[in-house]
Amino acid sequence: MKYSAFSLLKQALRGHRHWPQIIEAPTKLRPGYDIVIVGAGGHGLATAFYLARNHDLSDVLVLDSGWIGGGNTARNTSIVRSDYLLPASFELKNFALQLWDSLSQELNFNLMYSPRGYIDLAHSDGELEHFMLRANAMRLGGAEASILNRKQITEKVPAISLCEDARFPVSGALFQPEGGIVRHDAVAWGFARGASSSGIHIRQNCPVTDFDIDSGKVTGVRTAQGKIKAGKVLISAAAASSQLAQLADISLPLEVINVQALVTEPVKPVLDSVVNYNAGLSYISQSDKGELVLGGATDGYSSYARRGSFARIEDTLARAQQIFPMLSNLRLMRHWSGTADIPMDGNAIVGATAVENLFINCGWGYAGFKATPAVGWSLAQLLAQNAVPDLLQPFALERFESGALIDDAGIGPYPWLH
Amino acid sequence: MLLIPCPNCGERDESEFDYGGRALAYPVLDASPGQWHEALHLRTNPLGDIDEYWYHSSGCECWIRLRRNLSTHKFSRLTSDESNT
Ligand SMILES: Cc1cc2nc3c(=O)[nH]c(=O)nc-3n(C[C@H](O)[C@H](O)[C@H](O)COP(=O)(O)OP(=O)(O)OC[C@H]3O[C@@H](n4cnc5c(N)ncnc54)[C@H](O)[C@@H]3O)c2cc1C
Ligand SMILES: [Zn+2]
Repeated sequence: MKYSAFSLLKQALRGHRHWPQIIEAPTKLRPGYDIVIVGAGGHGLATAFYLARNHDLSDVLVLDSGWIGGGNTARNTSIVRSDYLLPASFELKNFALQLWDSLSQELNFNLMYSPRGYIDLAHSDGELEHFMLRANAMRLGGAEASILNRKQITEKVPAISLCEDARFPVSGALFQPEGGIVRHDAVAWGFARGASSSGIHIRQNCPVTDFDIDSGKVTGVRTAQGKIKAGKVLISAAAASSQLAQLADISLPLEVINVQALVTEPVKPVLDSVVNYNAGLSYISQSDKGELVLGGATDGYSSYARRGSFARIEDTLARAQQIFPMLSNLRLMRHWSGTADIPMDGNAIVGATAVENLFINCGWGYAGFKATPAVGWSLAQLLAQNAVPDLLQPFALERFESGALIDDAGIGPYPWLH
Repeated sequence: MLLIPCPNCGERDESEFDYGGRALAYPVLDASPGQWHEALHLRTNPLGDIDEYWYHSSGCECWIRLRRNLSTHKFSRLTSDESNT
């Protein structure tokens, strides 16, 4: 069914009792598929969608151990932007921004993409100079970016306090007007619906437990619901990537780190952009419901527990309160965690593995939501055409061995610091 | 919130510590690039225990080696041999 003002009216008149299910759950899985995707997060589902849309491939199965979007996809703070310095990081995310722009129409599903502007605060002249470098690199790459002075920041964000004698005074900001937020669970469901309507099967509550590998070539997956043959397999399982790769005897260059997000009680509109505070890390935006959504640095050590520490919450809030003192009047409503899979250079791993026909997409850590449509688009190309698209080339797993790392922050092999 | 059992100071709040990452056995300096790649980059990330270093920066200022479960955060004891390597 196509969603429209007309269908809304029609269903309203019928008491909203006859809306069809968003996706058609397959009653029975086939014994085999051309392509099996492990993980129904945004990335896996976007890949499935673009396999059908761009390459006319629909003999595809997407499996998830839990539910659609139940991994990091619906745990993130939903920020999209492309303000990265290194060309590989920038290009993929900037392509994603172009796709976000028309994706609601494309999917006929309201993703609530809100290009409200992303403001990255600098706290010293040195930092501001680095931001200018980044803004110039972005402009050379075809994105819009500018530097705001203190007065311009206050004009854009009236609620901000830029007190001169603050511990970490603000010296200016990088501004990307196209940055903003996108409703994350809608992204998962929008792609799922698009894929499903092309005949792609999506199966929830069905963990992959092993791979069938025959003389170095993957031929199928074992699941809780039986064995399924596969021409190609894509692992797109974020937190569970190491566990799954290990089943195929692949060790990944990443560690798992806890990351938290926090939400205050809802208030009237006070903030219509996304603001990132860089002395330490704390970022904030306001949801359409009025809640202020905050995130900060990782919890700082390896963990699968999805349970963060109060110390990190305190840090994040203390920093946010430096620039938004009004926050001290608000109560936190909820907070949660996700397990971020963070590689040794802080950048994602996308492409082929040593096992023939087994591909992997992982290592997006706490920064991969923004790239979702571009990753899906490019992975579909890789799976359909057997050639690595230019955008993905730099993200190959081999780069750790060859030394072609993409370390945007220059941090080194310490995932908990990325 | 972790309560970290420092062998010198007893159980202390995680905010007193800095994380040092995995307790790894590094290869010799002139080992092959492949061996260094393995040691520096590749991890198993088990759902169970790992050995890791913590620096008790607001305490005894010692690097300590501990075993912790990645799913439950439960610390377990190392034998004195294991904690000295
Ligand atoms: C707190 C937090 C805040 C974040 N904020 C942002 C942000 O503001 N902007 C941004 O760009 N990014 C952000 N991110 C990162 C972003 O959420 C992720 O990079 C992105 O959502 C990853 O999508 P995915 O589809 O790869 O993974 P997921 O959504 O995690 O999907 C992986 C799926 O694999 C499934 N799976 C696991 N094991 C198996 C198995 N054995 N068999 C079958 N299925 C399996 C899981 O159930 C899961 O649904 C944040 C992350 C966190 C945790
Ligand atoms: Zn101590």
